Amino acid sequence: MSEFSIIGKPVALIDSAGKTTGVGKYADDLSLSGMLIGKILHSPYPHANITRIDASRALKLDGVVTVVTGQDAPNKYGILPVGHDETALAVDKVRYVGDNVACVVAESESIAEQAMELIDVEYEPLPAYFDPEESMKAKSDFIHPERPNNIEKDYHHVFGDPEKGFAEADCVLEGRYLAGEVTHAAMEPHATLASFELDSQTGQPGRLTVWSSTQVPYYLQHKLSIVLELPMAQIRVIKPLVGGGFGGKSEIIPLEIIAAVAARKAKAPVKIAYTREEVFWAHRGRPRTIIDLKTGVKNDGRITAVRARVVQDGGAYCSYGVVTILYSGALLGALYDIPNIRYDGYRVLTNKPACGAMRGHGTVNVRFAFESQLDELAGAIKMDPVEIRRVNLLKPPSITVNGLRVLSYGLPECIDRVYEGSEWKSRKGKLGRGRGLGIACSHYVSGAANSIIRSDMPHSTVNLKIDRDGGVIVYTGASDIGQGSDTMVAQIVAEVLGCTLQRVKVVAADTDLTPVDIGSYSSRVTFMNGNAALRAAQEVKKKIVAAACRKMACPPEDVIIRDDHVSKRTGKTGLGSDAHVVAGAPARAFAGEQSAAEILETKDTPRGPVLQTPHAASPASAEPTVSGRVEGQILRHSVQQKRKDEGPKDHMSFEEAVVAAIDFSGALTGTGSYAPPQEARGGKHKGAGVGPSPAYSYSAQVAEVSVDEETGEVTVHKIWAAHDCGRALNPVSVDGQVIGSVWMGLGQAMQEEMVWKDGLLMNPGLLEYKSPSAVESPEVVSYIVESVDPEGPFGAKEASEGSLAACIPAIANAISDAAGIRLREAPFTPDRVLAAIKARDNAKKQDIAGGDDPVHPSQFREHGGSLWFKGRGPMRHPADPARAGIRGPSGDD
Amino acid sequence: MKKTLIELRVNGRAREIAVEPAKLLLDALRQDLELTGSKRGCDDSSCGACTVLIDGTPMLSCTMLAESVAMDEEGNAPEITTVEGVTEHGAMNAIQKAYGDWGGSQCGYCTPGFMMTVKALLERNPEPTDDDIRRALSGNLCRCTGYTQMYQAIKAAIEAEQKGIAATRG
Repeated sequence: MSEFSIIGKPVALIDSAGKTTGVGKYADDLSLSGMLIGKILHSPYPHANITRIDASRALKLDGVVTVVTGQDAPNKYGILPVGHDETALAVDKVRYVGDNVACVVAESESIAEQAMELIDVEYEPLPAYFDPEESMKAKSDFIHPERPNNIEKDYHHVFGDPEKGFAEADCVLEGRYLAGEVTHAAMEPHATLASFELDSQTGQPGRLTVWSSTQVPYYLQHKLSIVLELPMAQIRVIKPLVGGGFGGKSEIIPLEIIAAVAARKAKAPVKIAYTREEVFWAHRGRPRTIIDLKTGVKNDGRITAVRARVVQDGGAYCSYGVVTILYSGALLGALYDIPNIRYDGYRVLTNKPACGAMRGHGTVNVRFAFESQLDELAGAIKMDPVEIRRVNLLKPPSITVNGLRVLSYGLPECIDRVYEGSEWKSRKGKLGRGRGLGIACSHYVSGAANSIIRSDMPHSTVNLKIDRDGGVIVYTGASDIGQGSDTMVAQIVAEVLGCTLQRVKVVAADTDLTPVDIGSYSSRVTFMNGNAALRAAQEVKKKIVAAACRKMACPPEDVIIRDDHVSKRTGKTGLGSDAHVVAGAPARAFAGEQSAAEILETKDTPRGPVLQTPHAASPASAEPTVSGRVEGQILRHSVQQKRKDEGPKDHMSFEEAVVAAIDFSGALTGTGSYAPPQEARGGKHKGAGVGPSPAYSYSAQVAEVSVDEETGEVTVHKIWAAHDCGRALNPVSVDGQVIGSVWMGLGQAMQEEMVWKDGLLMNPGLLEYKSPSAVESPEVVSYIVESVDPEGPFGAKEASEGSLAACIPAIANAISDAAGIRLREAPFTPDRVLAAIKARDNAKKQDIAGGDDPVHPSQFREHGGSLWFKGRGPMRHPADPARAGIRGPSGDD
Repeated sequence: MKKTLIELRVNGRAREIAVEPAKLLLDALRQDLELTGSKRGCDDSSCGACTVLIDGTPMLSCTMLAESVAMDEEGNAPEITTVEGVTEHGAMNAIQKAYGDWGGSQCGYCTPGFMMTVKALLERNPEPTDDDIRRALSGNLCRCTGYTQMYQAIKAAIEAEQKGIAATRG
């Protein structure tokens, strides 16, 4: 029998039926009676002062209820306390093409669209900045006056003695790497529905309810409170089903605030749903990044020092930018053993949509550079690329030079798995001309150890309630955005309580009903909310066991609950293995010293066949054991009667045990919280708050590619990906997250890139942005590595982001193996590959990559070097008002 | 704009609605008939989230006028099937169950579109090759799964259909 009855077995997501039948509701599927539609007017200029907004013509149109402008809600907000630089609608100036200017509220979408044409806005164009390195040189017309030189934030970290490290190295390489800008492109465009209800006492609009496609309902509640000047208790945020986030919904998106402001002004419920083009403008994706990287190694492959200078093209607002630039530096550590690090990071403002958090936040582009350079170093010292990674492994438990604590560390096994799976030893370098293998590794946090708003509050709390009907209701603030967190919470609770999954109902992400969880970002939910759920369930289990042991006349440690069945251990004495649960030891006692089997005590359960597919099981399959069992309920009278009649029992149903527990101890409720331990919260230097995590996931990948030297086309044939997730609570979900991450990395490596012209996005649609379709997606083989983290719930840690970063350098390294070209600029589009092949062959240089060299890139080209734009891009129409405004340093056309 | 009365045949029922001439089929389904299973993902027929079947052929309802599939003067109307019409006898269709079991659906936003595409594929070609499946799915985008688990789900559904039982994962 398996150690566990629920976890570790593949189960369908508990909300999958709603998704596959179309019954499940996403924000845009909701409507209220009397609901109006909001449409947002966006700026055509990248940078301009607004001198006048006149909506009088629009207001005269039949069906238009109101027009909202910046003056209706001028309070500033932003996801980071240090970055409150946004307003719901532009107050005095616009900062990118697509910035929010006004919102029309009308009876229908078509009326609102007509009305937008009737709003007169006068702009006074300002010089605009599109290149981060140019933007940093600005002397005037700053994007935000309080940010001189358009630098949002810069950090300069030195750990160890990098100069000494480089002096000791036998081989040092330096290079510049560029990564293009990518966006989440979640399938669901953002949507928000906001409604005020009238207060019975005052007769005036009182409480606000907002349904929104968000990863962070509690932050949304907080920011709405700031902008609307309403107490947080008067605001209820409900997260319906969310159609993917990937970070794009992990902060407050303008429409979420605008909808609420509009509902207040229109005095009616208002729904705003972005078009796909607006989603691209809202953006918050992964910034274009310039990485100047220098790494030194000894002849035995050991890394002696790393120096990285990173410049991120952050767009017009801070967003998560300060965190992004810190992650880029901090997660140079915790993957390999690097004794000396120097990091200089610059987050720069430009007149483009704001970049923010995207899957693998801050780490992906730097990892591309690092793993590429490590491969080059391996080549230089004639070492196998797998071997150079093996010699630089950490030896945990350890604390890295930049203060990151590493406990569980499955990277060595990840490398072994892909090494064997890809038959690296026998195939590397032997696949013939034009075909090759490449390896790379990556890692990610299992939640940030320090919350955005620094405090000692728990990062997650879960409440649990069981009533006499035996139904288990879990109240969790965790935001399921498709990754399966509701299912994860249900699994953990069912496992701890010993009941079936069907018995557990999850109420999630409703700020009125569920306790605070800070959101679904930084891969924190399984680790933190999972731990909180575990503790809540342990607290309730204690009460059930206490009642059951009285009914069964045995010590608490002999009570076994599994698969809805309560029984007594027979034939041996339980040596207190359950005791810490029963005796009320702190829930953290699970950490480390006990195995999961000890906490659950599942051996020798006197029960019938084990249910291999929990989702196929039914509570009805448990044998009815008592009289008085009516449709799953136990009538109190019958139970008492039975107790009198029969004396002590040796087994009970879950319902009976619950009823007994309620009879003995009153209501069956429990609460569990999780806050990261102090030891995991990192160092004391400026910026030390970002990077530390209670646990890190690890990934290793091998990619097999072929390169067509005639066309420059790269085909990825197969990717082997091994991911250390601590413990796979639901293997089908872990596989799905790992494959999905690898696949998203593949998109960034091969074809996805936001292309700009004068700050105007040239590919704001799914057709032009080109995320890979089924025919462009190779087979991804996923290996789950379980390092069983001492602090994770049942040993689990991150699974959804860490595998993304390794994919890009694995492909770059495979291209190098296949064709002898080193691409230092992503994505690896045919024009860049061809230009690199020409350079390799010393052929006559063709200007197909926009005048730059993808092997030794120097600066961004606005158009990403795409053949389509020939390095110039289409001209704006002479009458286009935005054309007049373009006189910035790099915006001349 | 003046509305006209049209009649659509949706999931086996005749539904009469008043629509503006420019009303898209997707909006008519979602707003007028409250069939919100079909999703709007791209506005320009590039993502497939709005896929419905028109007389069994998968088509994109986000770039199709509702009037174009309404009943004509002779009383003929094409049969429109949405994801709400895929469930059988109040239970999940094998492909719906398999998508859940095998992780073919994560956030689920693209899933209704895939359901329609896969339903049409399997009706046309009950034993598709891997290549057939890839090509059939290429008109629908998913941003979560990387498609791999969908292939497993489709194979499991075919097997379950052949066995005549709901797909389960052992």
